[in-house]
Amino acid sequence: MRIIGCGNPDRGDDGAGVLAAERLRALGIPAEIRCGETLDLIEAWRGAEDVIVIDAVVTGAPVGTIQVWDGDLPGLSTASASTHGFGLAEAVMLARALHCLPPRMRIYGIEGACFDLGAGPSAEVRQAAEEVALRIAMDHFDNRAGSEMIEPQMHTDTRR
Amino acid sequence: MPARTIHVDTLARVEGEGALYIKMAGDRVADVKLKIYEPPRLFEAFLRGRHYSEAPDITARICGICPIAYQMSAVHAIERALGIRIDPAVRMLRRLLYCGEWIESHALHIYMLHAPDFLGYQDAIAMAGDHREVVERALRLKKIGNQIVTLIGGREIHPISAAVGGFYKMPAKARLRELEEDLRWALDASLETVHWTAGLEFPDFEQQYEFVALRHPDEYPLNEGRLVSNHGIDIDAAEYEDHFVESHVKYSNALHSVVRGRGSYLVGPLARFSLNADKLPEVARQAAADAGLRPPVKNPFRSIVARAVEVVFACAEALRIIREYEPPAAPKVEAPRLHGVGQAITEAPRGILYHRYALSEKGLILAAKIVPPTSQNQKRIEDDLREYAAQLAAWPIEEATWKCEQAVRNYDPCISCATHFLKLEVERT
Repeated sequence: MRIIGCGNPDRGDDGAGVLAAERLRALGIPAEIRCGETLDLIEAWRGAEDVIVIDAVVTGAPVGTIQVWDGDLPGLSTASASTHGFGLAEAVMLARALHCLPPRMRIYGIEGACFDLGAGPSAEVRQAAEEVALRIAMDHFDNRAGSEMIEPQMHTDTRR
Repeated sequence: MPARTIHVDTLARVEGEGALYIKMAGDRVADVKLKIYEPPRLFEAFLRGRHYSEAPDITARICGICPIAYQMSAVHAIERALGIRIDPAVRMLRRLLYCGEWIESHALHIYMLHAPDFLGYQDAIAMAGDHREVVERALRLKKIGNQIVTLIGGREIHPISAAVGGFYKMPAKARLRELEEDLRWALDASLETVHWTAGLEFPDFEQQYEFVALRHPDEYPLNEGRLVSNHGIDIDAAEYEDHFVESHVKYSNALHSVVRGRGSYLVGPLARFSLNADKLPEVARQAAADAGLRPPVKNPFRSIVARAVEVVFACAEALRIIREYEPPAAPKVEAPRLHGVGQAITEAPRGILYHRYALSEKGLILAAKIVPPTSQNQKRIEDDLREYAAQLAAWPIEEATWKCEQAVRNYDPCISCATHFLKLEVERT
């Protein structure tokens, strides 16, 4: 399973995917951190059979809402204004056109609201990133049944 | 004919955010404004008071597509200010690093941003459905450019290894050799690219340009050379501000640059090819000849072919350097003094990039001036549109708008770099 968290931690809630990836790493689970640019993402998941991508999304849901899609994104717009708008949605569409979409792909979207330059992620997005990381961690360790146990280094405030 | 306006609120397939406004009065173009509304970046002010050694890393942040260009203009300008003479091996490695950036930037623009215009697709994603092999070629070419930048620059975006005096870290010769097989594929793919672009349909449109580019006695220009034009300019970088002037226009956050007393000029692949075709390696010169590309190239839509020829050059040059490179005794030389004023111009993928630094006796930056290629092309893009939009006066508004956007993309404008700059509106009255 290849896990990719994308975003920019210096653009407010855009850092959601990076936060989740960092948390997974702290739990001993390999996770890549990418900026989320289209061509870079296609290279990041090339050759993988099972991919999880975590990214901030804007769907109109309350901030911090977690949504999961199977290799597809609803309400996708391809009318990117510039290359600066080339992101995950375009990567999925381009990979599909090129027949290089991984056989299994899950996308964890964390609803963001503030994407200001220099801002940190909101409390709601931080909490959602933690939740996503834990969900993926459980999935990861389920798939590793019988392998060596790793003691998770959970944050005390989220230990449950 | 009724009056009308072409509005493009947000120009697509460009680097950064801008708009275009064209006002038509019958078949006459009454007004053209290339509006760069992306906020000002203020990098020149950020640099003041910082130590000169920070300039390559700070200026690399100006652009995610062409950070090498910023690093190269910065280090060369500061080295001139401080009287630093770099090792020939450092010069070679910088040239290789720049080839990596040209390959990735040009591959992205040729295939993903510009080609959909010629083939009638909204974007590269729509194009990929019918031209899968072409897009796959683009992705692999770009990846190989990225690999060069990663190996020498330390990472692919905003690289970190370029330093005043040389590099912080240099790769072993064996690591460079690992790139050879991919680069041999890239050279073949770049030749295919020239052939493919030459087969596209180009509008019948030519302009009389003042081409401005570096020119070096022995090589196709990247990091060095005198600044020349087909209208008689032949100067050192130190004389740049005597010949070129920037001015502010109300509707744009990018300054307009003009030749003093003359007006707009053109920088980038078309200018470089038109002024330096004789300096291309044989493989690139032959590819251009086979594609029917002969200097001077006055049709801006053919810039896609010139860009493809430059990818051939960059691949061939990268292979040459990898074969000949021997590491220097030290990765970096120290500055003999800490103060001075230095200017440098290097060839970013989109055209010449000018930097000037004034440094205090403590090596702190007292003043910095940066003139990116897109701000230099901005007025020339408007001049092209003033002529081209007139030809489209009878066209349906939607098609005319598309063609005008394509005319802007001929320049591969990098708006983020230029703001200190694109939306399209065409108004017909």
